[in-house]
Amino acid sequence: MAEQKPPAVPAKRVQPEAVEAWDHPRVVELKEKFAESVLSAVIYAGELTCTVDAGQLTDLCSHLKTSGFTYLVDLIGIHYPEAERPFTVAYLLHNMNTQDRIRLKVEVSESEAVPTVTGIWKTAGWLEREAYDLLGIQFDGHPDLRRILTWEGFNGHPLRKDFPLRGIDTGAAVYEDRYPDGGGPVMKEAPAPPAAKSPAKEGD
Amino acid sequence: MNSILLGLVVIPLIKYLVVVAIVMTIVAWSTWAERKILGFMQARIGPNRAGPIGLLQPIADGIKLITKEDIIPSRSEKFLHLLGPILVFVPALMLFSVIPFGGESTIFGLLKEPVTLYVTDVNIGMILVLALSSLGIYGLILGGWASNNKYSLMGGLRSAAQMVSYEIPQGFAIVAVLILAGSLSLVRIVEAQAESGMWFIFPGFIAFFIFFVCAVAETNRTPFDLPEAESELVAGYHTEYSGMKFALFFMAEYANMVLVSSIGTVLFLGGWLPPFPSVTRGTMIDLPLFWFFAKVAVFLFLLIWFRATFPRYRFDQLMALGWKWLLPLAILNVIALAMLKLWVFA
Amino acid sequence: MFDIQELELNMGPQHPATHGVLRLVLKIDGERIISVDPHIGYLHRGTEKLFENQSYQANIPHTDRMDYVAAATNNQAYVGAVEKLLGIEVPERAMFIRIILAELQRIASHIVWLGTHALDLGALTPFFYGFREREMILDLFEEYCGARLTLNCMRIGGLPCDVPEGWLDRVREFVELFPEKLQDYHNLLTENRIWKLRTVDVGVISPEEAIDWGLTGPPLRGSGVQWDVRRALPYEVYDRLDFEIPIGNNGDTYDRYLVRMEEMRQSNRILEQCLKLIPEGDIIAKGVKIIKPKPAEVYFSVEAPKGELGFSIVSDGSDKPYRVKVRPPCFVNLQAIETLCKGHLIADVVAVIGTLDIVLGEIDR
Repeated sequence: MAEQKPPAVPAKRVQPEAVEAWDHPRVVELKEKFAESVLSAVIYAGELTCTVDAGQLTDLCSHLKTSGFTYLVDLIGIHYPEAERPFTVAYLLHNMNTQDRIRLKVEVSESEAVPTVTGIWKTAGWLEREAYDLLGIQFDGHPDLRRILTWEGFNGHPLRKDFPLRGIDTGAAVYEDRYPDGGGPVMKEAPAPPAAKSPAKEGD
Repeated sequence: MNSILLGLVVIPLIKYLVVVAIVMTIVAWSTWAERKILGFMQARIGPNRAGPIGLLQPIADGIKLITKEDIIPSRSEKFLHLLGPILVFVPALMLFSVIPFGGESTIFGLLKEPVTLYVTDVNIGMILVLALSSLGIYGLILGGWASNNKYSLMGGLRSAAQMVSYEIPQGFAIVAVLILAGSLSLVRIVEAQAESGMWFIFPGFIAFFIFFVCAVAETNRTPFDLPEAESELVAGYHTEYSGMKFALFFMAEYANMVLVSSIGTVLFLGGWLPPFPSVTRGTMIDLPLFWFFAKVAVFLFLLIWFRATFPRYRFDQLMALGWKWLLPLAILNVIALAMLKLWVFA
Repeated sequence: MFDIQELELNMGPQHPATHGVLRLVLKIDGERIISVDPHIGYLHRGTEKLFENQSYQANIPHTDRMDYVAAATNNQAYVGAVEKLLGIEVPERAMFIRIILAELQRIASHIVWLGTHALDLGALTPFFYGFREREMILDLFEEYCGARLTLNCMRIGGLPCDVPEGWLDRVREFVELFPEKLQDYHNLLTENRIWKLRTVDVGVISPEEAIDWGLTGPPLRGSGVQWDVRRALPYEVYDRLDFEIPIGNNGDTYDRYLVRMEEMRQSNRILEQCLKLIPEGDIIAKGVKIIKPKPAEVYFSVEAPKGELGFSIVSDGSDKPYRVKVRPPCFVNLQAIETLCKGHLIADVVAVIGTLDIVLGEIDR
């Protein structure tokens, strides 16, 4: 549309800096109510992230829900194997009226469980199941914590950093009598159906 | 003795064989017509590979179905599995023996004596039609049950419920025509239309409408094709059928379509009569077979058109339509026509 | 003496109406649904694990395969997230072309939805009519990036290449042709009595419950919540474009149907405006070669045809992402299926699956 191309401007490429955000109004408010639980507050690229203590999580979340964060956008599980508390769960919340977003992070160790937020936002049901399935994070009080993306009987948590990319032998071969583990020729004729269903296999 | 044998056995048998040959041809090519017409309505061409404009497609389909493996589910009742399609297909074919394709004719002067263009004229023809067409329902239920498949069972039960519910308003619509015609014999009904000078669709248009809707439901066509809804029950009662048995179900559906179109033609559209029968009878355009098949073709086209256009009714809505709307309407229609006949047409 | 049992019916992974490999375990009483339990994971390919093992640029084709019906918006979300992480500013021409691709993709995705939803409910014809227009869109995509379905049409910082000669004119042809075709689809279904009987009051959800379940996209807007990522958190140049967000009143299937039909019209409007406003200029930010962001985490979302599609990227200083989490709209929407189906009949489950517009590639990743 212009007659000559405008001079090429080198694109801006400055990775933003993470900035401490203790004076952000939302953080100030949370600090007032739940003083020791708010462990850190950072703003990066316009997003506010607060790390909180797992014990007070449900109270914090209920408070945030009543202050307008009615939409749980996402629940992210992250595995930091070298950290003291390897599992981090990040909750991304959104306020439908002011279009504000806030990210809450909790850190837990392998044996601790994160309190569930399914009582606060129904969305969390499957999102927590996914974090449990892929990372092994336990959620305390979840009504139906079972695997969702992998199959029943799968051993292991695929998104952990020690789970290899090409997979492991999870010992979860279904129909071992017909299709032996590790491959092998497919049976030419089906064997006689088993007399009784083994109780370990859940009905399909 | 000989002439009785000839007249009562041999000639009807020959006629019936001719009728079956013609009907099966129409059934086969109505599948081609459906695919072509559906294609054109959906902005695509339809079959055009097998033969010119796809005309040999029914033959290709037939060969495919005959040569396919007949898979029987392992824990099904083998006898009932076979009986199902038979019970659906045979009554439809049987009924073509009472449908009149024309009156008496010498076939353009080829025969010395005129021959009736129907196999037989039973004087309770209409009752025979209703009774035999109900036999098809058994076949559907058996097909669904014998497949040992929850989906097929539900499909079979649904279709049985649907067909039984829609037979009742259909019966009342037919009763309306019977009042106008004064006889149960199909040939007499057509002749009554000739005598009164107009097709029964005109005084009985409500009856025609009810009959047509029930006909669509009886043949399990869209919008009432829930029993074979592909997307809901996979294929309903004929999910587990393959090969020739599936071909029987398939042909039975189209044979039923042609049958119900023929009955509608006889009852409402004047059978083999030309339009304006009081004027045109005996003239050049009085070609009974042509008019009969043209009217059947119009019916078939309507059935195909419905399939291209409408979504499908949900089962409870379908039953509500039959019982809450069509049945009262049909009963009121009978009463109205009876009064009309008594005071106006007497 | 008699025991009434509820029937457990498996609407199994292979089924014509479940739009992919979805298994629904239905507990029914006659034909009434008592509970619906979706079993997913049949299409799980470990996409998030794969993301951690390749560089940021190399991950873009993986994103196409998630929601394979709407690949352009997947690309846009991922690429937008990386750009937010790095603070890259995309040139304006690239942003406009991205929006053109995204809106064309939205129309194409909604056409697939319309065809399959109508087909499930028995109307055979809208499928064929819609796919005729979709062919035009796919031809445009093929001209631009060489692929019809898994587009891989965006790069970090912009686009792989400029549009071919005459491509914008062909987009304009499509934009002028589309409204009357949309009217054709309306004529077939919108006032059809049978369609209304099948979709009105089926799968009703209230706005509060919809937000609580995390529904986004047409399922949320059908319940009356006027929330769209393009308006709420505008990205690229959507804040300069003029379009409406259609909403419904009752939160039933018919309303969601009307919302999506209207969205197609609004997408067409956006396309028209983009074609007028598109400037000349670069199509990719300069100097984005090797990407090694400092440790940080970011979340970026776009309005995909199915809902809010978001990417959370956690970086650790290497050239591969440390963790990428996808927020799939269909995954979250599918969770609400039990609420939507309770008390309805089996035939309505098919209608509800169609109205949620699920794509298993995105649910299972």
